[in-house]
Formats: sequence, structure tokens, C-alpha cells
Amino acid sequence: MRALLGSAAAWSLASLRGRTLAVPVLRCASGGASSVQQRVDLKRSKALQGGGEKRTEAQHARGKLTARERVALLLDPDSFTELDMFVEHRCSDFGMEADHNKYPGDSVVTGHGRINGRLVYVFSQVSSLDKLHLQRLHLASTVLCFQDFTVFGGSLSGAHAQKICKIMDHAMTVGAPVIGLNDSGGARIQEGVESLAGYADIFLRNVLASGVVPQISMIMGPCAGGAVYSPALTDFTFMVKDTSYLFITGPDVVKSVTNEDVTQEELGGAKTHTSVSGVAHKAFENDVDALLSLREFFNFLPLSNKDPAPIAESHDPSDRLVPGLDTLVPFESTKAYDMLDIIHSIVDERDFFEIMPNYAKNIVVGFARMNGRTVGIVGNQPKVASGCLDINSSVKGARFVRFCDAFNIPIITFVDVPGFLPGTAQEYGGIIRHGAKLLYAFAEATIPKITIITRKAYGGAYDVMSSKHLRGDVNYAWPTAEVAVMGAKGAVQIIFRGKDNQAEAEAEYVEKFANPFPAAVRGFVDDIIQPSTTRLRICRDLDVLASKKQTNPWKKHANIPL
Amino acid sequence: MAAYRVTPGFQRVLRAVKHASLRPQFCVISCHAQYSTVYNPNEKTFDKILIANRGEIACRVIKTCKKMGIKTVAVHSDVDSSSVHVKMADEAVCVGPAPTSQSYLNMDAIMEAIRQTGAQAVHPGYGFLSENKEFARRLATEGVTFIGPDTDAIQAMGDKIESKLIAKAAKVNTIPGFDGVVKDAEEAVKIAQQIGYPVMIKASAGGGGKGMRIAWNEEETREGFRFSSQEAASSFGDDRLLIEKYIDNPRHIEIQVLADKHGNALWLNERECSIQRRNQKVVEEAPSTFLDPVTRRAMGEQAVSLAKAVQYSSAGTVEFLVDSKKNFYFLEMNTRLQVEHPITECITGLDLVQQMIRVAKGYKLQHKQEDIPINGWAVESRVYAEDPYKSFGLPSIGRLSQYEEPVNLAGVRVDSGIQEGSDISIYYDPMISKLVTYGSTRDEALRKMEDALDNYVIRGVTHNIPLLREIIVHPRFISGDISTNFLPEVYPEGFKGHLLSTGEQRELLAAAAALYVAAQLRSQKFLGPQRVASVPQERSSWELCVELDKGVHMLGVSRSGSSYTVEIDGEKVVVSGEWNLASALLPLTINGSHRVLQCLSRNSAGEIALQYLGTSFKVRVLSKLAASLSKHMPEKIPEDTSSILRSPMPGTVVAVSVKPGDTVAEGQEICVIEAMKMQNSMTAAKTAKVKSVHCKAGETVGEGDLLVELE
Repeated sequence: MRALLGSAAAWSLASLRGRTLAVPVLRCASGGASSVQQRVDLKRSKALQGGGEKRTEAQHARGKLTARERVALLLDPDSFTELDMFVEHRCSDFGMEADHNKYPGDSVVTGHGRINGRLVYVFSQVSSLDKLHLQRLHLASTVLCFQDFTVFGGSLSGAHAQKICKIMDHAMTVGAPVIGLNDSGGARIQEGVESLAGYADIFLRNVLASGVVPQISMIMGPCAGGAVYSPALTDFTFMVKDTSYLFITGPDVVKSVTNEDVTQEELGGAKTHTSVSGVAHKAFENDVDALLSLREFFNFLPLSNKDPAPIAESHDPSDRLVPGLDTLVPFESTKAYDMLDIIHSIVDERDFFEIMPNYAKNIVVGFARMNGRTVGIVGNQPKVASGCLDINSSVKGARFVRFCDAFNIPIITFVDVPGFLPGTAQEYGGIIRHGAKLLYAFAEATIPKITIITRKAYGGAYDVMSSKHLRGDVNYAWPTAEVAVMGAKGAVQIIFRGKDNQAEAEAEYVEKFANPFPAAVRGFVDDIIQPSTTRLRICRDLDVLASKKQTNPWKKHANIPL
Repeated sequence: MAAYRVTPGFQRVLRAVKHASLRPQFCVISCHAQYSTVYNPNEKTFDKILIANRGEIACRVIKTCKKMGIKTVAVHSDVDSSSVHVKMADEAVCVGPAPTSQSYLNMDAIMEAIRQTGAQAVHPGYGFLSENKEFARRLATEGVTFIGPDTDAIQAMGDKIESKLIAKAAKVNTIPGFDGVVKDAEEAVKIAQQIGYPVMIKASAGGGGKGMRIAWNEEETREGFRFSSQEAASSFGDDRLLIEKYIDNPRHIEIQVLADKHGNALWLNERECSIQRRNQKVVEEAPSTFLDPVTRRAMGEQAVSLAKAVQYSSAGTVEFLVDSKKNFYFLEMNTRLQVEHPITECITGLDLVQQMIRVAKGYKLQHKQEDIPINGWAVESRVYAEDPYKSFGLPSIGRLSQYEEPVNLAGVRVDSGIQEGSDISIYYDPMISKLVTYGSTRDEALRKMEDALDNYVIRGVTHNIPLLREIIVHPRFISGDISTNFLPEVYPEGFKGHLLSTGEQRELLAAAAALYVAAQLRSQKFLGPQRVASVPQERSSWELCVELDKGVHMLGVSRSGSSYTVEIDGEKVVVSGEWNLASALLPLTINGSHRVLQCLSRNSAGEIALQYLGTSFKVRVLSKLAASLSKHMPEKIPEDTSSILRSPMPGTVVAVSVKPGDTVAEGQEICVIEAMKMQNSMTAAKTAKVKSVHCKAGETVGEGDLLVELE
């Protein structure tokens, strides 16, 4: 049996090429068993065909891959073990009980496999109910009244949900990540409340698994209505450009309720969610690009909260000096530079997997490796809005820090922050509440925390950015660092209000505070380091901090200001 | 004068840090070609020299000063405050903001810097104030030595007409011609016959090729006269014409001279500088393949007699045009150290900067003419931050995110003034370095150049290594069949990068496939204990699909150790190497021969950019499965660029000639961008109405910035 299941991926490939499946015939002693075997073979072959050749073609015509093709590309060759291939939906209304409306597997492929040898659980929704099938459904039912049949594809039935729940439960007990390849039209209307219950069952598991095993959602087609909340609960939501959509209600409903004219793409396309709403963490060009990138991303993650951050083989010397950093920060403190230049040159092999690269660009977050070990990088980006903290950047940073903390990934923070962004928009939007999230996340985190102040660390934002006071393990300052309550000009205007000798006072303030000494003499930074040695120092510190043990007081759960 | 815009507190920190931890490391000039010159510490010259220049030449001068035990002062603009020449010098003074007119050409500020630091002499390098007689005069009045010729010599050689007259008087071959204004076509024919064909008829007020005609016989002379005078009249409002001999397919060969203040002068052989684009030299070599000893001596002696005629002292260069019959004609004399001086140093063993300093102090030359050898062969490639695919080089700017000079190779000298992390800005010359290789034969020097170019790591800016690498392996260049028209003749359609032969393509595909597999294998390797055991794929063979330039190739790869056998179209290619995936360089052995490739980028989607034979190639490596599924991926339609005008390079907008609503014709000028002292006219790609204008005169723009949108 193992062999049979093991070759599932290979079978799916065979089916791609439109070949007839060679179903192994097993010799059985009794006729009864033989007929069961025949039924097994038949169902299996039907399941492996997914929606059949026509449906596969239709999916391809939309520039998308089928559920099985996606699994085959995501996982190591021949590593996929499928579960619940024989599950069928149990709906008996609207003609759904008819055999031709039943598909073994019920529009989701589930199981486990390996990515670069490491265990992962996967579910891949089959956006299989194509026009042909839906027309049949349409004839059989009376409630189908949406114009776009394709949105029903991969709709979630009770059975479909049950399959997903099963692998999530497995993943939790074993301690391995779950990847969902979402391509679903939403609840299966024919099933009514059973479908809704199915969603809730998944939501519950998403929540319980949160912080236990990494959960990743790759949106590869429509994902509307209730279906969106499962990705929203997972750790990372990725999208495929031009072919994936996420929204609570589609353009038609939006039009009828708010009278807004909006396209699917504008409402919930990859661009919207990766640059405007912040719902998705990254977008990829197409299915192939997305799945190959997901393999790369997976390598950064530990399997569960019981595992340390993975250490990959690295060819980059840990003691490599980076001479370019000595001249990177401009002398004029008003001049911008690119924090990504620092990050790329310090991490292993310039390999940085940026999370949310197009959203709240005034903060940079993402994964990299230092001497092979996965680290989370957080950095203010002076190039965008001077690197200030605002609502979006605080939330973006906070969520990333909490992920790292949950999964034992050390955090390296590069600080160049002039403060929080002022203004009514920010205050009305609740910058106090949202800024507190980042503060909370850094304070609460017990993983190794290394902080490098490259230039400005002003005001409350200094405290927030993984400062010594929030249990930063190692805090460095570059010679260009200025740790102060605010910039010289502002400070002097307050301290010497109404006095004449402002310029002189400013010079004095600069001399006193616009340098790393006030922080260094107090031990708030552990050392002032030559920028070119930063990589070497971080790698050394990470080795020391690998055995760091720190716990927070017992609590049922903390109460982050949401 | 602006001081460092650094707070005193900051300087304290810098000092403190410098003492406390690791010092910055920089490696600037490495010269394996040893100078034969002896640096005599007892020969007193100057205590302190100020170098009124920046970049590689400032570093070059400082280096010799250090050998001679002379203290150095660097001057710099504010954006250059942390540049290499500033760090190398003993002292540094900021002389103004970034624009050269306010800093490196700011004589007041430089004079102040001299007073402030007590420098006894000034080395001007090349460019900037190096041939400025006013600067030399001001130095003289303050009793500061100018390391270069006397003001009179600068003046005499700085004027085209005067220098030609002096040259003529000194019996130097000048381009035969009629120095007066030609009255009519008949007189033109008469003069042409005297000079000998071909002749060039050109407008007295001319420039930019306008009003210029080449004539090979009487008829063409008459016709040319008529056309040229019409064109000159309409273009310049001045129809006066001159005639001189036209040098067909000339070579540009120059003689290095060195003279002291005691009437002694030497010629230090020639430099072949024919490979040029837009009158800028690209590749130089010494000696020239073209000169025989007799011609060399004749040119050298004339150069020396010119130097003597103007009482020249210091190093200087006499430029000649040489025609296919080895007739040579004086072009001009450069009264300074030339950019390409290192190749002369390589073959003669002299340190020209040292000689200049000695001479400036008043010492006699150490050498006699018969002491000046031609030892071996030297080639110089000018490595520029520019895009060679656009008119053989349009400037590019950026930060050198990675930078490694091939200084570990034997016989390689790199003169540069930058290091990893340096910015190539719009304010200055975009030269990255001068890459010099030296060998006992030309062949050896060229092979070393190939190797050096392959091992040169430059990331963050577009550079011209693809072009340099192509020039030095071109059969015409190798055979010495070159002229100043080399580039337009060899690449009439513009430079397109290296064209792969079938064999080379196989090598490239094999290298890409092997790199892909090596990376794939490594991504399965995890160190440290694992709670859930990893199950890596145990494979020894792969079926891959590699896309290169729209061609798709199916490859079979099998591995044994670090060696990969790649089967392409029935041919086997064996690729082996260390597969250090962190290194920018990828030294490989491909079918037994050594090749250095560079991995420029690599991503999870299988896209790999490799620099191979100097040119960068993009390939996409996919597993057979991924490739078969890729077929279904939708084609993304690229942005229509005909209605969008973007800046092709970083620079300053000098003028905008349209406003929204205007109708422009295809090819009509829309705006002018100035970059690195070059004005570039941006034209409309189609006839259309202007939708919006996104730039205005005086603004600086980056490469790819939107300038104007058409409807």
C-alpha cells in the first residue's frame, strides 16, 4: 500500500500528459475482495484525475495549475503521501447526492510530504468545479444564481473541511508546519450550515496551531467570503499575481451595497493586499514561481515551536568583514540611505527573504541567515518617510517579531528611527494603540535579541526598537549613532525657548547627545562597534545566545493591545 | 571654507573607535610590475605635498609620496569626505560642495587649504586644474611648487594654433594644410593638390562634424567646397573654410616625454591609444604593435624637440595621429600626467610621479635616453561605470555593493580610488579603475587581461567589462589591425555583448545546470540535531530544462563528487569546481579548461544570471516537471514604453522643451539630460500629444525615472 500511495505524485504527472492510467491489478483470493479492489482502483483513478482532462485544461487556460500539480511542484519528488482520497461529500440536497456530482477527495487534496527533506503537511484545494460541472449542478439545483460559475470551484463542504482538519491535527501532534494552497470559491451553498461549521472547525484549528507549528497560506485562486479567514489566521499569506483574489464580498455585492465600482483585481488582487491592505505578505508572478519560492521560504522556518531555528549549510565566512559599511551612513543626518544595503551585506550570501516588501516600507522585515542559522531581521528604512514608525509599520513589525519569538528565531534589529509619525491621521487612527503592539512584541520576546543602532534612535521609538530596556541581549551602536530624546533642533527649541543663542545651544546639544556616548556610558549599548565588523560580532553573539533561556511570568495568555 | 560637516562629538567617536577596534582595511593600488626606480631617502624633495585632485589619480600620487617619505594632503568635496584618497592622505581638507566648480576647481579654497596645511608643493593629477596656467601662476606667487611644467609651457601648448606653429618651428610633423582661408573651389583644388589627397575641408567656425567634407580627388574637392561653405553658412553664419590633409583611419599614438629644468629631455616610448569611443580612450597598450624602431625613434625625437622648444619640464605627452603608411602628425601636447601613464611605467620601470616630484624640486633627470628600455608589454583597460550597450558607454551611477579587484593575480595592477561601498555619483568621472596587466609578451599581457577582467567583481553599478573583454579578444585587435574607428567599424550596429558560439553556449548551459544542482543539493543540508529526521533526496542524476535567450534546452546532469557531467544535445560537458555558493566568483574547470564565471544573481524560481566571457547572460533552470508546468503560466505583458520617456541614466535635467498638451513628432527633442558633463537629448519615440511632464530644468533624475508621458 505504501508503494501505491507513494507513487501518487508520479501518477498525477502521468495524468497531466493525458495518458491512461495504468492501474496495478492485484491478485486476490476471493471474488468479493476483487470487486472491492476494483472499486478502490476506480475511485483512486477518479480521484487522481481530479476534475478530469477538460477541467485540467480549463484550469491551465486560466494560467493556473491543478491541485495535484501544485502539490507535486511544492514537494520533493515522490514524497507526497495522500490521505482521505476516498472522502466524498455528504450533501443530499439539490441533486448533489447524484453520483456524477460526487468526487472522491471532494475538491481538496491533503497529506504530507517533504520540502528539501523536511516534513510538511499540505492541503491543496481543487478549483475543479468548472463550468461544465457547474452547469450540471445548475440544472440540478434551484439556488445557484451567481453569474460567475468559476467562483464555486473548490467550494468548501463539510467533508472538505474535515479533511483539512485531519491533517492539521496530525501536524499538531507531530509538530510540523501546515501549508495551504487556497483556491476556493467559498462555502458550498448546497450544504448550508454544514459548510459554515466546516469553516469554523478550520478556524479553530488555525488558532490552536498558531504559535505551535508554522502555518502558511498560498492564495492561488479566488478566496472569498468566510474562506478568507483561514489564511488571515495563519502566519503568512502569499498570493499569486493576476490569478488570486481575497475579499469578504465580491465587486457585485460591493456595487449593490456601497455603489462603488471596483474590479476584482482592485478590490482584492495581489497588488491591493501586498501594498494597500497589508493582508498578504508577498506576491509571486505565477503558480510555478510561487511554489518554487515557497520551497525556499520553507527552508527558513523551524518545524514547530519545539525546534530551534534551522541551521543551513552556509559558505559565507562568519568572520567576513564588510568594509562598505564604514562609509554607508551619510554624515548629514537628514540624508537617506538604504537599510537593505546594510542587511544584504551583513547576512549570509546576500540572501534576504523580505516579508511585506511593498507595504509600510518605512520598516523592513524578513528572514535571512547568519552563519547558516535563520534569523529575523527588523530594520527602520531611512529611505521611506525617514524610517519613522507609524501605524502600519508598527503592526507589520509587531506581527513579524511575534512570529519569530513564537518559533525560536533570533531577531536582529537595525535602528535608525527619528520617532513616531505625528499628525491627526495617525492619532485618529490609533497610533498609540498600534505603536504599543511593536513595543509589546519586542518586550515580550524571549528569543535572542541583537540590536544595532546605525544612526538615529530618538524618543520613544528608541525604547521600542528592541532597546536594552526591553531585554535586548546585545545592543550595539555604530559611531554614527545618536541616542537622544529628539533631534538637536527640536530639543534646543524646547530647552532654550525664547533664548537668543539657539545656534550655540544646538551645537552644545549635538556635542552632548548626538553621539553614542550618553547611551554607552550608561551601559544601554554594550559596545560602539566599527560598522565593518558588524557581521562578525552578530555571528559570535548568536553562538553565545544559542543557549539563551528566558521565560515570562505564567499567564493564561498575555493581552496585547489589539 | 566648509569643514567636515561632522560634529566634534562624532570625530571623537571616530577617533575612539579607530583606536579601540579593527581599523578599516583598504587595498587600493597593487602593482606587481615593480618599478626599477630607487627611492632615495637622502634625496630631499618636499616635506608635504597637496594633491589637488580626487579618485584614483589622487591615490596614485599619494602612493608614491609615501614611498618617498613625503606627507600628503588630500582635498575633497563634501560628498567625498570618506573616500579612499581622503583616508590614504595624512591630512584632508574639504574644499566645497560636490559640484567640481565649487570644490576641485575652486582655486580660492585650494589655495586656502595649501596655506592652512603648509604644503610646499601641489600635484594636480590630470583634469581639473592640471593644465590651468592661472592656477600654476597663483601657486608661483605664493612660493608653492607646481608639480608640472612652467606656466609658459602650459600656455604655449594649451593653444591649438600656437602649439601647431611651435611644433612646426621645432620640425615636428604637423598635419599638412593651408593655414589661411580658402577663397574658392579652384583655390581649394590647388591647395589640395599641394597637400596630397585625401583632404579635409572644414569650416573655420565648425564643430560637431558640420561643414566638414572629405575629398579624395579634384571633383570631390570642388563639390565638398560648395557643400561645406553652404552648410557652414547656414550652421554658423560663417562660410570661411580651411583645408588640411585628411588622415584616413588614423591611429592615435602618443609619446611620453620627461624633461627637467636643466634642458634635459627623454622620450619614454609610445602608448597606443587608438581604441576610443567619442574621443575617449578605452583600451591602451605600450608599446604599439604598429611602430618599428625607426618610426619610434623619429616620433620620440620630435617629441623631445618639441618639449625642448618650450623649455618643458616634468612629464608630458605628445599626441600623434599615425596613418596606415606610418606617417605621423602632431596632434597636441598634454602638459600633465596622463591617465594611461601606468603602461609606460610598466614597460620602462620608471615611477613617473616620482620623476615629476624630483624634477619639480629641480633635480636633474636620473636617466639617459639609452637607459630607457621597453621591457615586455602592458595593456590598460579603463573600467567605467557605464552601460556599454548604449553608444559604447553611457554613464551609470550607484553604490558599489560588492567590489573585488583582481589584485591577487600576477602581473596585474589596479589603480583605483574606490572601494566596496563607494558611491559612483553624477558629479564626477564615472571611472572605476584602470586595470593594467603586464607580461613579457603582448600575448601574455592580453591573456592576463582576460583573466583579470573575468576575476573583477563589480556589483551595484553597470560597468563596461563586457565591452573591454570583447575588445581584447577580437581578432582585429589581436592582430594589431586597429584605428580610432575600431569600435564603430567592428560594431556598426552598436555593441551587443558576446555572441556565444555553439561550444560556448554548451559550456554556459552546463555551468548553469551544475550550479543549479549544487545549490539544490545544498538546500537539503541542515546542521544540528533534528527532532523530526530529515529525508533528503538521494539522487545522482537530474533532468533539467534550461532556457537561454528564448531557446529551451533539455539537459541530463549526473554528479560524482563535485564534478558534474552535463549532457546537452548528445554532447557531454564535464564541469567541476568548488561550488562555493557565497563567492561572487565561480572558478570552474569545464571540459578540462579553466574558466572563471561570476554568479550575478540566483533565485528560487531558477533564474540565474551568469557573467561568462565578460558578458552577463540570463538563464532559467527548471526541473523537467516545473518546466512542463511553466508552459501553462500566463505570459505577462510588459509595459508599453513608447508612450513613456524614462531617463536612461542618472543626471541633471538641463532643459525641457515640451509642456502638457503639445504635440511632438517622432524623434523630436523632449528634454536634455546632462550627465558626467555630457548632454543627452531625449526624443519622442512616436508622434503623439504630451500627456504629462514629470521633470523640470535643474532637477536631478535617476536612471529609469519617468520624465514625460505621451498619450
